[in-house]
Amino acid sequence: MLAYIFKRILATVPVMGVVALFVFLMLRLSPGDPAAVIAGDYATAEDIARIRENLGLNEPIVVQFTKWLGQLLQGDLGISIFTNLPVTTLIAQRLEPTLLLTLTTIVFTVAVAIPLGTLAAWKQGSLIDRGVMLFSVAGFSIPVFVLGYILIYVLSIQLKLLPVQGYKSPFTDGLWPFLRHITLPTITLSVIYIALIARMTRASVMEVLQEDYVRTARAKGQSEFKVLMKHAVRNAAVPIVTVIGLGIALLIGGVVVTESVYNIPGLGRLVLDAVLKRDYPIIQGLILLFSFIYILINLLIDLAYTVFDPRIRY
Amino acid sequence: MFRWTRRSVMAASVALAATFAAPALQANAESVLRVIPHADLKNLDPIWTTAYISRNHGYLIYDTLFAMNEKFEPQPQMVDTYEVSDDKKTWTFKLRDGLKFHDGADVTSEDVIASLKRWGARDGMGQQLMGVMEEMTAVDASTFQFKLKEPYGLVLESIGKISSNVPFIMPKRVAETDPFKQIEDYTGSGPFVFVKEEWVPGSKVVYKKFADYKPRSEEPNAASGGKIAKVDRVEWTYFPDQTTAMNALINGEVDFFEQPANDLMPLLEANDGLTVEINDPLGNIGFARFNHLLPPFDKAEIRRAAIMAMKQEDYMTGAVGDQKFWKTCYSVYPCGTPLENDKGSEVMATGDIEKAKAALEAAGYDGTPVVIMQPTDIPLLSSFSLITAEKLRNTGFKVEVQAMDWSTLTSRRAKRDPVADGGWNMFHTWWIGADVIDPMAIAFSGNPDKGWFGWASDEELEAARKAFANATSAEEKKAAAEKVQERLSAIGASGHLGQFFVPVAYRKNVKGLIKSPVQFFWNMSVE
Repeated sequence: MLAYIFKRILATVPVMGVVALFVFLMLRLSPGDPAAVIAGDYATAEDIARIRENLGLNEPIVVQFTKWLGQLLQGDLGISIFTNLPVTTLIAQRLEPTLLLTLTTIVFTVAVAIPLGTLAAWKQGSLIDRGVMLFSVAGFSIPVFVLGYILIYVLSIQLKLLPVQGYKSPFTDGLWPFLRHITLPTITLSVIYIALIARMTRASVMEVLQEDYVRTARAKGQSEFKVLMKHAVRNAAVPIVTVIGLGIALLIGGVVVTESVYNIPGLGRLVLDAVLKRDYPIIQGLILLFSFIYILINLLIDLAYTVFDPRIRY
Repeated sequence: MFRWTRRSVMAASVALAATFAAPALQANAESVLRVIPHADLKNLDPIWTTAYISRNHGYLIYDTLFAMNEKFEPQPQMVDTYEVSDDKKTWTFKLRDGLKFHDGADVTSEDVIASLKRWGARDGMGQQLMGVMEEMTAVDASTFQFKLKEPYGLVLESIGKISSNVPFIMPKRVAETDPFKQIEDYTGSGPFVFVKEEWVPGSKVVYKKFADYKPRSEEPNAASGGKIAKVDRVEWTYFPDQTTAMNALINGEVDFFEQPANDLMPLLEANDGLTVEINDPLGNIGFARFNHLLPPFDKAEIRRAAIMAMKQEDYMTGAVGDQKFWKTCYSVYPCGTPLENDKGSEVMATGDIEKAKAALEAAGYDGTPVVIMQPTDIPLLSSFSLITAEKLRNTGFKVEVQAMDWSTLTSRRAKRDPVADGGWNMFHTWWIGADVIDPMAIAFSGNPDKGWFGWASDEELEAARKAFANATSAEEKKAAAEKVQERLSAIGASGHLGQFFVPVAYRKNVKGLIKSPVQFFWNMSVE
């Protein structure tokens, strides 16, 4: 197992290299010039050229790439063109809100979706099943920002229960302010994942419930709860874990709408702002980070399979 | 064995609540003004960038030698007294006593000269001033002198200019930074201190009151007068989503919303706890800019025909909406400013497709397509682009609208190449009124080498601008400004699309707002 993990981690190196090259070239070949954005309306062509020179953007692409690669090997993601701050500092500022929003969303999603999906499979064709399916379709259909605005209007503006926006750290601002601020974004973001995972759970559990060993367990007189939890859900877990893992990876890089609606300073907004301004070092650093997280989570998913399915060995 | 009783449950609940709430219950006696700024503060050097948000940041932490009052007259700010020699070539300034930087050092003449040199390398008006400057010398620690090659009529207007780039005074060690590189030390001498440790780019900027700031005794008047910090902290929280910003203001989570979108106005105005008002008396001026180098807009007659099709009411109604927030203005200088006039305004006031058609036919348009760059990420400019496209098509132009984001547009507009090689024919933008109040605005340049994108070329225009710069009386300035407007109209430099205003919205407990084209945060308090 350890050898497998080591090999997988080693395999990330060429993948990251290819990602780095691809991202670098894509950015340099796409239209837009940070020097022109910086220079503004008053600039002459000479001003823009001088800014470009100061930023090192006038050097050949190969030279720029080699310099960046050299920095990367030393763990340096570069300096943001606009803020003049290290990209690692900017990522560190944004990592906590994104990671904690991802965590609360996944915990809430799993806590709601798996029981719902299991219940729907167990009571297949019943009103409960139809209710869960209806919720799933609605959850997929309603855009995140619409749900966000509805929740803000009802719970914040009308009922004054929760704040409209912002992020508070549990480490510096306290647990209660954190929970008050993270509740609405978590619910908003969870709905689509609950819909997805509840459907996946339902389908998997339904399939397992048709298996001979479930019939045997029931014939042996085991309670329905035990049949469901010990035999059905555990054996249905592999595809569910895959979807949860991919959900985590998507959440870390793809929650820009929720972050915008609730004004949370997370990584999604950082990457969007950087793309709009052509802040190359931030975009490059973040895409590398997201790629690494994707690879890491895929590895963790593969390892999790061995826990739920003892037949799988690496 | 422990048993859960009603008492133990209550005790545990109280303890838990106290634990959770503890940080929130900490006493916080500081007064805070919570602001939603108009943009995200991405860079902190107001000389390196012309971004208005960096300018506003600059006004909080730096001070200026002179500052404009609401009549656009430069008033002494850091300067105490000044003298001009009889030949108007030597200007001597004395700084006020007690001016200090945030690190405790005195503000000296050396700091002033280094700051003006850096500003003069980047700013258009600064470059013109440096062009007539023979030397700047420090007479003593608080006295400095300008020696000019020739009399120049815009000395005080230049060093007291209100908008980007503002000649902010920095410590000499900071001002000696290459003007094309960002500064890394944010020590100023303004009424607030930038708190770098709390800066989260894209989200939050914090300023705290500078206890040693010595304000002038006069009442605040636009950028001039006493800059009294009436709150301990100013916190800018950037909101990428306008609806969330509005909800946060309504819910009392912020105090001041600098530029709410026009479509939010009905909701904001209907809220009893809020005040919505136009704070910038000059507003903004919509511009349609032609590329004077490429056909078909390399001919003045064709540019004038296009301008004749641009009816300001249509742009303002389509892109801005409610008429409370716009007006037509057929002067290149904002209506309501001293230089507003109607010389040569008949072209921009035409707004008639049939007349434009006739003018286009007379100009001999050969069917060359017009490429309009449409920035889809800026709704106002996106609308301007589509309205122009429709008007030009109706006039008889062949039009191609190319959608892109603003960043792509800003880099493409710098290209002088033919359209086939990445060039362009038209783009739209706006200038804040304060940036186009006189002929020295780069938007009015007729020098294709040093001028604004689009590269208008007209020697008469440049001569009129120079006459304005050298004029020493108000009458001479007015006459030169009118001549500039006539020439701009004659060459069809740009289309003027109307004057529009973006109100501010704030909670009723906010007091002391200063009327100005630039948003200032001194004198404001939260009661």
